[in-house]
Amino acid sequence: MSAERAGRGHDGPDGKEHLDQGPEAGEGGRTQDRGRELAEKAAAGDRRSLSRLLTEVENRTRAGESALRLLYPRAGAAHLVGVTGAPGSGKSTLVSALVGEARKAGRPVAVLAIDPSSPITGGAILGDRVRMQSYAGDRDVFIRSMATRGHLGGLATSTAAAAAVLDAAGFPLIFVETVGTGQSEVEVAAIADTTVVVQAPEMGDEVQAIKAGLLEVADLVVVNKGDRPGADRAASQLRGMLSVGAQHDRAFGDRPRPKRPEVLLASAVTGKGVPELLAALDRRHLARLRASPEGGAGEAAERSRLARAEAQLAGILSERLRDLLRDGERVETTRATLRAIAAHELDPYSAADRLLASL
Amino acid sequence: MPERPVKVLIAKPGLDGHDRGAKVLARGLRDEGFEVVYTGLRQTPEMIVTAALQEDVDVVGLSILSGAHMTLLPKVTHGLREAGLDDVLVTAGGIIPDDDIPALMDAGISRVFGPGTTIGEVADYIRANVRRDDGG
Repeated sequence: MSAERAGRGHDGPDGKEHLDQGPEAGEGGRTQDRGRELAEKAAAGDRRSLSRLLTEVENRTRAGESALRLLYPRAGAAHLVGVTGAPGSGKSTLVSALVGEARKAGRPVAVLAIDPSSPITGGAILGDRVRMQSYAGDRDVFIRSMATRGHLGGLATSTAAAAAVLDAAGFPLIFVETVGTGQSEVEVAAIADTTVVVQAPEMGDEVQAIKAGLLEVADLVVVNKGDRPGADRAASQLRGMLSVGAQHDRAFGDRPRPKRPEVLLASAVTGKGVPELLAALDRRHLARLRASPEGGAGEAAERSRLARAEAQLAGILSERLRDLLRDGERVETTRATLRAIAAHELDPYSAADRLLASL
Repeated sequence: MPERPVKVLIAKPGLDGHDRGAKVLARGLRDEGFEVVYTGLRQTPEMIVTAALQEDVDVVGLSILSGAHMTLLPKVTHGLREAGLDDVLVTAGGIIPDDDIPALMDAGISRVFGPGTTIGEVADYIRANVRRDDGG
């Protein structure tokens, strides 16, 4: 599969413009060569190169960037499934069970598992692999942990880019497991085609289910640990509360329309409900692929693709902007501006306007 | 570009069920600013090699208390070499008799940490010896 999608002799866009700037300008060509080499090898199925490339992307190096320029046009076919939920709700175990289910059908699967970085030391414990051990030696399963490195919202800055790399490397199904989330870390919904919110039983009453935030972005809500007492009741409560709001489907007009998530009961440990969950994910993916752009599902798919594009672009723009403001001569102006804001001599809005005007 | 954290895999090969030390080390290295991939108990050499490959770690730290180090550790280093991970720094810790250390070092273990080693010593050793391939 990966070999067919790799498409040899691909003429990538020229990364020269960006590479001409910055301190490494003289090494631009070499960096670009390394990026191209990693991209070609990763797309051709070399796992070592794929892994190396993910590091470059994660570290946001120029080699990673030039590889992404080549690979991005080859990505876009995979079903990107976001899995989110509170710490301890069983996301990793559930993802592992889903990987196993997909492998029964011989489907290659990749996982990006995000864990938080320490805001104090920058260190991190990446522990999601503990629950995903059974696939060693299976080259069609690729699991990669990422630390958030200061990024808020449940993901790392380069998660969308890493997913694009895995997509281009020929993984048709990619799970993105967020950090354990609270009520409003909904960023994953912007980069995933389908968002699964995992709940454990006994995690709150019906009012929790109608609060704005995490549950709102769910395409599928999974009540995990279905082997525990109270799981059935939790699922039916969620079904009840999540469907009431969406019943008055009239009069939304151009306003954003609330989603109407399916609620499933599963037990990642016993495997109960896991085949049904994967089937539900596949149905959604197929429906999106088959949907005409004008139909309801087609519109929703287009909206989520645009949201993903916007999230990626916004991330890159703000990073570029930050780099520009730290660049050479500007860094002094930037520091002076920061000091002025800190001393309340200048308000942050005027400061931002001034800096933007100076670029 | 901000300096990126060193990425370390902490794994327990073999069958002993004592992972307190590995967890304390993982936690300590986190506080030293490392990104630590923790894989838990009862890892086969193949699992460790797979994890090291997919995570692209700079360091593999093996904790072993079972006495099977002369069998398991060379299997890990051999597997890492076969997977093209020659540049990964491999260290070991746990209950390993001094007499065994030279053979382990011959097999590609760069340092064996015995009981009583502090987290600071391990962190300093890693920082001083890690081989970073700065491609970008």
